[in-house]
Amino acid sequence: MQKHYWNEYQKEIAADRYFYARSCIRQTFFPGSETAFLKILQDELGKDIYDSADQHTCSGIGYHGDVVPFLTTSTVIARLFSLMTEAGYKNYVPSCITSFGLIVEVLDTWKHFPETLEQTRESLLKATGRTFEIPENVAHPSDIIYKFRNELKSKMKYQLIEKSTGRPLRGVEHIGCHYAKVFPDKGVGGAEFPHVLAGMIESWGGEVVDYPERRHCCGFGFRNYLVQANRGYSVSNSHKKFESMAPYKPDFIIANCPGCAMFLDKWQYTIAEMEGKTYDEQGRGIPVFTYEELAGLLLGYDPWKLGVQIHQVQAESFLDKIGIEYNPDEKYKGASGEELEHPQKPSVLKV
Amino acid sequence: MIENILDRLKADIRFQEGLTSCMNCGICTAICPAAEFYKYDPRVICNIVQSRNINEIEQLLKGDEIWYCGQCMSCKTRCPRGNAVGMVITVLRKLSQETGYFVESEKGRQQFAIEKAVGQNIINQGYCVHPDIATYENHPEQGPVWKWYLDNIEELSTKMGAIYKQRGAGALRDVGEENLDEIKKIFEVTGGMAFYDNIEQASQKAAEELGVDFQEEYFMKVYSENSGNHNR
Repeated sequence: MQKHYWNEYQKEIAADRYFYARSCIRQTFFPGSETAFLKILQDELGKDIYDSADQHTCSGIGYHGDVVPFLTTSTVIARLFSLMTEAGYKNYVPSCITSFGLIVEVLDTWKHFPETLEQTRESLLKATGRTFEIPENVAHPSDIIYKFRNELKSKMKYQLIEKSTGRPLRGVEHIGCHYAKVFPDKGVGGAEFPHVLAGMIESWGGEVVDYPERRHCCGFGFRNYLVQANRGYSVSNSHKKFESMAPYKPDFIIANCPGCAMFLDKWQYTIAEMEGKTYDEQGRGIPVFTYEELAGLLLGYDPWKLGVQIHQVQAESFLDKIGIEYNPDEKYKGASGEELEHPQKPSVLKV
Repeated sequence: MIENILDRLKADIRFQEGLTSCMNCGICTAICPAAEFYKYDPRVICNIVQSRNINEIEQLLKGDEIWYCGQCMSCKTRCPRGNAVGMVITVLRKLSQETGYFVESEKGRQQFAIEKAVGQNIINQGYCVHPDIATYENHPEQGPVWKWYLDNIEELSTKMGAIYKQRGAGALRDVGEENLDEIKKIFEVTGGMAFYDNIEQASQKAAEELGVDFQEEYFMKVYSENSGNHNR
């Protein structure tokens, strides 16, 4: 009998009453994904999830960019926990993978070195007069979608199946490094066999692509993207992944880290401009989605309200394969209904 | 020479947790994306740190190597002893900045750009990253759709349910002065602001030594300069 190693790494995922901590990167590049996540939880699943107006960054990009010291970061996170405590919640849901990994690191440090927890409590009190409770449960939003993937499937209008042939669509799943590489027991399936996104693809009718560089980093590398001089590192890593996955002819990519989703999308444009190369047969690139976008599309949400038109690799090839209905006339309209000037076309990547 | 360099390394919990008796098997180097791209070898970093040779550790703090790591932490996943070289790197980088040694290398000097962009944005906007700082001019690799989004951000982000620069709950909201004040106080109380100041002061001195105008030119120099001597 085949052994499923990912089964050995299961984590507790709270079932309801969540405090939602937004992500700097997801808000910046995928604002519609955070909107969709709240809509899915509230409208489809009937869950209680709280979105605080007073929340802020966890400082994680600054921490991993090495300009924010650990005590500062842990105290900024403690302020977020204080907002959660104040609102009466105990289950913390950080939208960002960097944030998720950092919070797991901070909690682990507090557990094994209790003096650091005391130092953080004292710092927060001195700076803000605030106190906080440690969350009872920390889960990434992708964990929650994974937990309810079958319940969501029953509400979905579409499946990951090609309409014209009945073929299951092939999906590349890319897990953000900080989801489970440091603390494997905090991720569904651990670091080597993460199942959090694969489980969604399989449950929703698709087929997961296994390829040699499946667990390779997207190449964000914090300072390696933040500083213009270092971006060769970043694009080279994504390039390595595209070269490795392309022979398997993926229909789409999904990622649970907002940075990874953005890089795997945008670097396809950059590589096309640099080398004239695209990674699908039609020259349109491989569409990349967040898990919220994928769930939203299958639930029948308007693609343009989800925000897939602000990806550089356009989504229509994917929508058409499944037969997802959309109105092309609405694509370039703003919130006011006014038609906006269209974006410039890339020189290589077809749109 | 910083006399207590070893004590300062060992005092950091992340150093204690990140490196316990490395046997130099090199699996960290085999899995490391930075080792494939740069002249970088995490196994050697562990070896040097473990040797307790103060002169060699000091050279690490002054050099480019410690700045190559991308913090993906793949090393932690594969190390048979559970070490995390990426975490050791974090501690070395912290010490390099505290001692001011970071300005002695091209990659180290880039910390000024990160402090100015991400670091100050945390204080000023309450975000590490925000569309306002990811300008198309500094990010042409983002492509024409990103430019289109930025040019029409209010119309488009509102369509996607965001509340760009407004107070309230929602994506891209204005974080609010009362929250920003508390973040700033946290940075003051915990040494975050002093850490920023130290980066700025050392960078200003470095700019003078390099003969570069600190106010007008230094940011773009460290942000965009690449000597081309870093890759394999």
